[in-house]
Amino acid sequence: MNDAVVISRLQFAFTATYHYLFPQFTMGMALLILIFKSLSLRSGKEAYNQAARFWTKIFAITFVMGVVTGIPMEFQFGTNWALFSSYAGNVIAQTLAMEGAFAFFLESTFLGLLLFGERRLGRRGHWAASLLVFAGTWASGFFIVAANAWLQHPVGYTLQQGAMRLTDYWAVLFNSWTGPAYLHVMSGAVVTGTFATAGLGAFYLLRNQHVSYARMFLTVGVTVGLLASIVQLFPSGDLEGRQVAANQPEKLAAMEGQFTTEQGAGIALIGQPDVQAQQLDNAIKIPRVLSFLTYRRWSAEVLGLNAFPAANWPTAIELLYFVYHIMVGLGTIFIAVMGAAAILLRRKTLWTSRPMLWILLLSIPFPFIANTAGWFTSEIGRQPWLIYNLLRIPEGASTVVSSGNVLFTLIGFAGMYLVMGLLYVVLIVREVGSGPEAEESRPQSTAAVVG
Amino acid sequence: MPTVWFALIAFMVGVYVLLDGFDLGAGVIHLLAARTPEERRQVVRAVGPVWDGNEVWLLAAGGAIFAAFPLLYASSFSGFYLPLIMVLWMLMLRGLAIELRAHIDDPLWTTFWDALFFLGSLLLAVFFGAALGNVVRGVPLDAKGYFFEPLWTTFNPRSAQPGILDWYTVLIGVLALATLVMHGANYVALKTEGALNERSRRIGRLACAATALLTVLGTVATFWLRSSMWTSFTGRPWGFVFPVLAVGGLLAVAYFQAKGRELASLLGSGAYILGMLTSTAFAVYPNVLPAVDPANSLTVSNAAAPHYGLVAAVIWWGIAMVLAAVYFVFLYRMFRGKVRLTSEPGY
Repeated sequence: MNDAVVISRLQFAFTATYHYLFPQFTMGMALLILIFKSLSLRSGKEAYNQAARFWTKIFAITFVMGVVTGIPMEFQFGTNWALFSSYAGNVIAQTLAMEGAFAFFLESTFLGLLLFGERRLGRRGHWAASLLVFAGTWASGFFIVAANAWLQHPVGYTLQQGAMRLTDYWAVLFNSWTGPAYLHVMSGAVVTGTFATAGLGAFYLLRNQHVSYARMFLTVGVTVGLLASIVQLFPSGDLEGRQVAANQPEKLAAMEGQFTTEQGAGIALIGQPDVQAQQLDNAIKIPRVLSFLTYRRWSAEVLGLNAFPAANWPTAIELLYFVYHIMVGLGTIFIAVMGAAAILLRRKTLWTSRPMLWILLLSIPFPFIANTAGWFTSEIGRQPWLIYNLLRIPEGASTVVSSGNVLFTLIGFAGMYLVMGLLYVVLIVREVGSGPEAEESRPQSTAAVVG
Repeated sequence: MPTVWFALIAFMVGVYVLLDGFDLGAGVIHLLAARTPEERRQVVRAVGPVWDGNEVWLLAAGGAIFAAFPLLYASSFSGFYLPLIMVLWMLMLRGLAIELRAHIDDPLWTTFWDALFFLGSLLLAVFFGAALGNVVRGVPLDAKGYFFEPLWTTFNPRSAQPGILDWYTVLIGVLALATLVMHGANYVALKTEGALNERSRRIGRLACAATALLTVLGTVATFWLRSSMWTSFTGRPWGFVFPVLAVGGLLAVAYFQAKGRELASLLGSGAYILGMLTSTAFAVYPNVLPAVDPANSLTVSNAAAPHYGLVAAVIWWGIAMVLAAVYFVFLYRMFRGKVRLTSEPGY
């Protein structure tokens, strides 16, 4: 693989990974802000509204980071992956273009209203703005997952003399791959949002600051977080695993460290893959579980890597294995953490159990890692294919862009993103430090529309 | 169908320049027009609720090009690699400047972001103009439909290997800058009062004159460089309606600026922008990306996606545009009137 392709891959992986840190947070927060606004509207309690305002400030900072790091993604298909774009554009750009035309307009216009229009819109109008921001961000998630789903599981096309042609728009829009993937991605975003909310509540409670808000954040965060963590494993994680087994057996074999075909295959909890020797070192396996999880029969045959030509194996098997296990390991821990917190919440002892509060606080960064590991699993597992079974990665790269140019832009992105990341942390820390309480000078929101 | 999509994409690009154009213009003028911290906040507040939605038109247009003319998307984006990535970086800096500026109440912080708001907006205006200049001048496409242009070569637009920047594309870039300064000044004048309003209006009048002069220069240069642009009009004379719209718009700007009619001035500069862009699109058609060697030009025929995809897209696109129109009308109505800095949440 030539240098320009390698650097283009690195650039896409880097910019996509960095970008997604922000939307996973905002999509999760969008739901939580809607919940706070709904609680406020129903109960009439201003504290819920104030909580929504606080999280909206954090949302705004995160959202602009997501927007500015997201723009390069849409353009990068053309700049660095021109042959792929020309080949598949008439199919895959349908969902990509729909993301811009439907979701981006919706979320951007109503975010403006959410941030600036509380007084002009009134209580119900402002609540509606939060609903539409939620709808816009989650619609954006749908269209991008649908685009990725087509790479994983291409449908709705024919090949005429090597040229890709769209023949069934609805098959692309409602690709069977999209449903489970979307559910899994969105509940993953909710996990990120709820751990941040509950974790911040824990932080304030540990410092005995903003106590009433802290309890509110914990209550909402833990309740919704437990639900999301469970859904992440079942049904969405299960559905994802089964569709990978059915449609991308090489990916399944590699991510599970299943080197040889086996009936009644066990699942490896831990172990180091040795690709040269085609085995898993010091594996701790639960027998027959992998067969059951993937095919619902304890004795089902699970194809190993040795059943496929080596040219079709994922190119980074060890990395794929580890990111997958990190994702699942963390996902399991999330259920345990939220489950324990929920039990204490029910018993009304959560506010005073400092060990649990510490665990919640320290857990905040881990959903970001888990979501990233999950996307790594999905994309590294898709390799060596750009479009599964149709186009290999080097076949899609731009031929006119030299390695020097790509390296220039990669370094540029890396530098900008480093500085932006520092800025982001500084700004969020300041907002956290200010806290959710209203400033004395802030006038209460009225129903009057000010022109 | 490809011609329909040509027109739809020209429309989307036009709406983008119309809307984000005044955000960019406001960014370019705000250091000059706004002298106090309070005035600076007013300018940022004038674009604050709308800039992000306005910018989406660029993304929507890009996505539409990808779907309807995939070879054009692939060829132009990889061929214009460096300046395109730089445009992305400028868009990033501009967006961050607007959003992050008010989060820390410190003069060094706001000065830093003011400078980036200015620089990002300025460079974007010039780059966008130069990009349009490149499309008109033509690029060194090969027989497979691809090209690569370095930032500059000999600055000679007639060269067989032109660069992104030559005297022609820089001229168009400066024209674009003058246009967006005029348009942005009209917008800021509409949204503000007092000294800020007066300074904006003065800048707007100067920019209108500059735009008029540069339009003449740019038009002459265009027809001299690419006579096919002129013959497009003489061959299909109904197309003269587009330049007439542009000229009418510019005259309207001059007239209404003198009369102090702010909204009419803005509509005039908007008409000028639409007229100029539609004229260019009309004259370039049926090419979508002309080539130095005309045999290699990308056209509505050879760069378009197959028919089925175009039809499917036109249907969902129509629905999306109706919805978008509703959102934008609602958004702008909600924020109509002069900017009043209060202690409401956000800014």
